[in-house]
Amino acid sequence: MRSSQVVSQLLRVSDMTNRHLRRRQFLDRAAEALILVFASIAIAIIFLIFVYVGREALPLLWGNVDGASIGSTIRPPAEWQPVSSSPRYNVIPLLLGTLKITFIAMLFGTPLALGAALYTSEFAPVRIREWVKPAIELLAGIPSVVMGFFALIVLASWLQTQFGLEFRFNALNAGLALALAIIPIIYTVSEDALTAVPNHYREASLALGASKIQTAVRVVFPAAMPGIGAAMILGFGRAIGETMIVLMASGNAAIMSLSPVASTRTLSATVAAELGEVVFGGGHYRVLFFLGTLLFVVTSVLNWIGDRYNRRMRKKLFGTE
Amino acid sequence: MTKKFPFLILLPAVLLLGTGCPAPQSEHQTITIKGSDTMVQLGQQWAEHYMKEHPDVTIQVTAGGSGNGIAALIDGTTQICQASRSMKDAEKESLKTKRNLEAVETPVALDALAVYVNKENPIKTLTMEQIGKIYLGEITDWKDVGGTPGNIVLYGRENSSGTYDYFKEHVLGGKDFPAKYQALPGTGAVVNAVAQDKRGIGYGGIGYATDIKTIGIAKDAQETAIEPSMANVLNGSYPISRQLYWYTAGPPEGAVKALLDWVLGPEGQKVVSEKGFYPLKGD
Repeated sequence: MRSSQVVSQLLRVSDMTNRHLRRRQFLDRAAEALILVFASIAIAIIFLIFVYVGREALPLLWGNVDGASIGSTIRPPAEWQPVSSSPRYNVIPLLLGTLKITFIAMLFGTPLALGAALYTSEFAPVRIREWVKPAIELLAGIPSVVMGFFALIVLASWLQTQFGLEFRFNALNAGLALALAIIPIIYTVSEDALTAVPNHYREASLALGASKIQTAVRVVFPAAMPGIGAAMILGFGRAIGETMIVLMASGNAAIMSLSPVASTRTLSATVAAELGEVVFGGGHYRVLFFLGTLLFVVTSVLNWIGDRYNRRMRKKLFGTE
Repeated sequence: MTKKFPFLILLPAVLLLGTGCPAPQSEHQTITIKGSDTMVQLGQQWAEHYMKEHPDVTIQVTAGGSGNGIAALIDGTTQICQASRSMKDAEKESLKTKRNLEAVETPVALDALAVYVNKENPIKTLTMEQIGKIYLGEITDWKDVGGTPGNIVLYGRENSSGTYDYFKEHVLGGKDFPAKYQALPGTGAVVNAVAQDKRGIGYGGIGYATDIKTIGIAKDAQETAIEPSMANVLNGSYPISRQLYWYTAGPPEGAVKALLDWVLGPEGQKVVSEKGFYPLKGD
């Protein structure tokens, strides 16, 4: 009598837990499915953007649209004169300009961002770190048009009077403003990489008699190298695609020149400035979409490589991805 | 936290108040205007004055360039297109095939395209030929046109601008700007660059000319240089002046027609001179 009561009690409880469990399992699975749907939508959108942008450039591949074709984007003379009576669509000056400005931005942005990351992750007291990190990350929130305006009005005048430059707007001016835009990206990603280095690396190094600075530079920094590489690649990708700053600050003259103080035109600024007035479906239109596709592919590949580096670093430090 | 709390309650209340305002009644009209960057300030000024007198009309004015405005007119996404150049035949054709409507052009103001130099530049006048050669990159030093020696730095608009089209067509004879030509986003940026750059030269609407010097332009070396002034634009002696247009798809009707009549009337034309452009018939 008593034992059967206990058994039925137990059964009831197990039944309840069972139902409870099944409900939870169902909820878990539903949530998982929902997240999968959202993630797939996001990926599908990116894929479709690529398809639609690429599709507008496709006719260039198998033919000639008003004198524009894939060949005409590299055919000499190296001139970008898309609205001429005899249009020339050579993208080499634009490519050169983009790389030049990106290089300058990296040259100024990387050391600053990495130095700041090393400082906040290894040396700064917690109180300072809590201030500096958000402050730098706040830079990422400044709209690029504001930085472009700053470069257009303030930085350009300052550079010209300081160095007596011939061109007010030039690659250096745009590159410096662009450096401001990529510093937060390089800083955030590399700071994360540095703080992810397990503490026993530091402890071991300090125990062997290395100084704090030796530990930071010789042990922590190399251990975080893949993550720092990823940070630089992501910064590079952002710099290549950034539009508003270069449109406002670089002078937009399509000159074939390696000089950092010559006026420079970039791929992204060209698309932004010219797409407004092109004949729909014409040669100029197709070439601009080709430039867009080119930018899309380059930045996607760079982001992908950056991600690989980040994974490799996790693997190296923790043995898992 | 407790201090913030009342604000959190107030916020939806304020939002509700906003929606609770008396809704516009049945006759309310919205007119959309899109097009030329040169004309956007003029259009906004017109809209502001007109809406003050006609509270039942809302006018939305946006820029984007003459070409964008014309494209929007063809697509039917704007009722009025402001253009600083006349519509090309291909564009008129595409309006006809797409919507079976004729483009109707109405000049609404006159604009003189001024050539700007820095205030410290001693140059006062240039001939059309000199300006053309400067912008084609054939004259590269100020001393070749009688100024202080130094390289000429060329500023201007992007090739999506009606002003660029006009300048290329009427000053350069359709030839290409050289590679070193610097295209800036907007006439304001051009004016600012020339104001800061002693060796700079720029072009753009006369209405934007502040803090810089506009130069007199002679048709050729024999003629005298003409200053960009209203009298000279109206009598046609200033060489680079143009009409600014409003385009509608089909003849303007209803609220659009009323607005257009107002713009062409004395009040609308007064706004034109206030914004630094020239009224169609002078003052």
